[in-house]
Amino acid sequence: MLTKPELSPQEIKDQKVYLEWGLTEEEYTTISKKLLGRLPNYTETGLFSGMWSEHCSYKNSKQVLKKFWTEGSRVLQGPGEGAGVLDIGDNQAVVFKAESHNHPSFVEPFQGSATGVGGIIRDIFSMGAKPVALLDSLRFGELSTPKNKYLLDQVVAGISHYGNSIGVPTIGGEIAFDASYDGNPLVNAMCVGLMDKDKLKSGVAKGEGNSIIYVGAKTGRDGINGASFASSEFSDGEDLNRSAVQVGDPFMEKLLVDACLEVIDKHSDILVGIQDMGACGLVSSSAEMASKAGSGLNLNLDLVPQREDHMTPYEIMLSESQERMVFCIKKGHEQEIFDVFKKYNLDAVTIGEVVNDGHYTLTHQGEVVCDIPTASLVDDVPEYQHVGQKPKHLLETKENFVPEVTDVAETLSKVLAQPTVASKESVFRQYDSRVQANTVVAPGSDAAVIRVRNTNKSLAMTMDSNARYIYLDPYIGGQIAVSESARNIVASGGTPIGITDCLNFGNPENDERFYEMDQSVQGISKACQTFDAPVISGNVSLYNETDKKAIYPTPVIGMVGLIEDNRHITTQDFKTAGDLVYVVGQTFDDFSGSEIQKMMTGEIYGSFDHFDLETEHHNQQLVSKAIKQNLVQSAHDLSEGGLGVALAESAFAQELGIKGKLDLTAAQLFSESQSRFVISIKPEHKSEFEALMQDSATLIGELTQEPTVDIKLADQHLIAQVSDLKNSWKDSLTCLMK
Amino acid sequence: MKFAVISFPGSNCDYDMYYAIKDALQEEVEMISCDETSLDGFDAALIPGGFSYGDYLRSGAIAKFANIIPALIEFANANKPVLGVCNGFQILTEIGLLPGALQHNKSMSFISQIEPLTVVNNETLFTNLYKKGQHINIPIAHGEGNYYCDDAQLAELKSNNQIVFTYDNNPNGSCADIAGITNQAGNVLGMMPHPERAVETILGSEEGLTLFQSILKSFKGELNRVN
Repeated sequence: MLTKPELSPQEIKDQKVYLEWGLTEEEYTTISKKLLGRLPNYTETGLFSGMWSEHCSYKNSKQVLKKFWTEGSRVLQGPGEGAGVLDIGDNQAVVFKAESHNHPSFVEPFQGSATGVGGIIRDIFSMGAKPVALLDSLRFGELSTPKNKYLLDQVVAGISHYGNSIGVPTIGGEIAFDASYDGNPLVNAMCVGLMDKDKLKSGVAKGEGNSIIYVGAKTGRDGINGASFASSEFSDGEDLNRSAVQVGDPFMEKLLVDACLEVIDKHSDILVGIQDMGACGLVSSSAEMASKAGSGLNLNLDLVPQREDHMTPYEIMLSESQERMVFCIKKGHEQEIFDVFKKYNLDAVTIGEVVNDGHYTLTHQGEVVCDIPTASLVDDVPEYQHVGQKPKHLLETKENFVPEVTDVAETLSKVLAQPTVASKESVFRQYDSRVQANTVVAPGSDAAVIRVRNTNKSLAMTMDSNARYIYLDPYIGGQIAVSESARNIVASGGTPIGITDCLNFGNPENDERFYEMDQSVQGISKACQTFDAPVISGNVSLYNETDKKAIYPTPVIGMVGLIEDNRHITTQDFKTAGDLVYVVGQTFDDFSGSEIQKMMTGEIYGSFDHFDLETEHHNQQLVSKAIKQNLVQSAHDLSEGGLGVALAESAFAQELGIKGKLDLTAAQLFSESQSRFVISIKPEHKSEFEALMQDSATLIGELTQEPTVDIKLADQHLIAQVSDLKNSWKDSLTCLMK
Repeated sequence: MKFAVISFPGSNCDYDMYYAIKDALQEEVEMISCDETSLDGFDAALIPGGFSYGDYLRSGAIAKFANIIPALIEFANANKPVLGVCNGFQILTEIGLLPGALQHNKSMSFISQIEPLTVVNNETLFTNLYKKGQHINIPIAHGEGNYYCDDAQLAELKSNNQIVFTYDNNPNGSCADIAGITNQAGNVLGMMPHPERAVETILGSEEGLTLFQSILKSFKGELNRVN
């Protein structure tokens, strides 16, 4: 491959190429006049464009991210490192983070989602933790177009390819569909790891003379400057971006995990710092490590393992080739690292050293190609202050929607077949959810559960968001997103201990989009504080727009809960005929943004008049208490589709029927009032359960061997065969994909 | 009884197998690298699931050339128990210890689910504690589990009672619903389902533990017979 001669600093200035790379006029001026006192050369301009992109610097979102509640007694590491870390007792810690890979997954869905999984796994083991679980939150446009079917198919195949091969179980997540994701699908992956508390590592490079060691795969020309690419909007010319997508190799990463964990386990004393090469590759990992300690670095790019010829410094530093890590190792102990990596047949090479002058200096073929203050790449990035403006659609007042349900059984069957509600088994079965032999509750229940080997504890985890609610009310919607995650955790027998998030929004420079982000973050933060579940990590994906049309604001919540005693693990499935079924929480006419509203009207609108965070918390605590007192046979959180859907889903596994009555209208069976659960208990626990729940639980009826849902409502009588309901729920997604 | 779990680069069920022996069966077990050249001192060899060498070629095609393979073949020829699960089954067919081959699933996609099986032959050293015709639930997780052999080979498998497990609802297109087979001598078993993931009630099933207990039982019986 022939490389064009690089532009000179003056040519860069005159031709304004920095604009194409995402730097603004003001930013370029700040760099050349204030930070360097000279014009940056080609390589330096490239490094600034990557490091100052939103993806690496959070320059447009920092002002909002500061509003997150990040405290709490369990927090060992909050936001700012590869991943957050929480204390779970017995010298053990849980490590987790979620990250978006939206843009690459649109351009090349298989590799885009695969490398999203690979990237988030590296964030976890770079903290010193063994990756034990993966979850994914996916959003696509409606399955009526071949393109969206292709995207779903290939994104799932990519996740399956990477996760199955590397041997980390994919145990949960969610998939939702809406036209707003046409041309802008969301692929958010979350990884959870476990570690001994005292082995916690951080991404830092310090101590003059200590070595910077490059480990893992060789560097190629894939994904050059991908971070700048992820920080811009799409247009119809998106195919030009294809070279910005990386290719993943899960086998290589499996070796890399094993080798890195061996270094952390056996050579911890010489390991100063470790970091994954993610967005912006070598420059961001090394510069961030150095800036944390105020250090400088001297790197010799000729020593970087390369798999293509004639790579330029710009390409070497900004390549996003996968499966690579950076170590900072105490001087004189390099051989110990080389020996470990040799065993795994992986490259490990000293490429430079830590210096105390604070300068980030790169040499290539005997020439200094970059000499800038490390801080200028990381700490001197401008922070932009935005002022939000309430979106126009929130200013329109329209009477809240109340559906007219004439045939309740038929409507229930239809709601169960909506792709967002319908069974995702055809997707989940493509993921190895049981490798590592710790999976207690596999995908399909409210939260997935894995046990912590050699203890009596388990971890519950979930990924959730309802963007329709956030679109209609970002502040309340943000609270609901966390509340629903917490309900999932509580229903599975756990206590929420923390969250990670992926903030997927449109262009933050648009005041209305900024308002959505700002308000939803405040809502999320308030709910986190209520549930004592701090935000410990996350990422931001902005500019999710295609041709100026933004996605629904979609902050995705990844929550982890602790189950202190494995006897408390609870699933959503009804267990035995004769058990009594209750609904916990009050049902109102809440149809704004509901599944039934979308199904019947094709649009969403309206307000949220009944959500109350304190009631939510109260109901969760009651259910949690009931589970801990061993009163509960099954627990299921109510979400999309409401009570009707939750009852049906609980009945499917054992194909049990239910006979009872409810003082609700047929329409209210589809209300999406929050703070509700469906609980089943053994009849002998009736008085104890009712004494505990007081007014918060309403008896619906009892489970029957006869597989019929038979519920007298205030205005209709619901009679439906469980098998009919199950068929429409189970087959819907497969049919839509044909 | 001392078990060896042979770990290849890319094996990802090696520790699952290791813990199944150590914690659930509570017997002695050692993880050994496929770079080793000897299985001396071991009473049984277990080849775990995963993606050896990434399985970017045909599954198991590269593992075939690992250092341990001659020792493994010798071990099997000495009539000692060899169990290959999932990728382990694929490797056993590649190195010729078991007949046939594993193709891509008929659906062409990966399938992970709990699978009902029937114990067709309970007269092997791996299945002596199951009842003949017993239905058991064991998880499967594979993309290439579609067992194939030609008609003559199939007739031979049947007449020698080499078919040990069959699927109740064939998930992957395997011929004759085959989920697991032994060699002619009956000391080498390859199966796609993962018994090591079904060894504790908390994991949803203990029905895989019976397989490991069977191996232990026949080992002890053999010892008694020799003594």
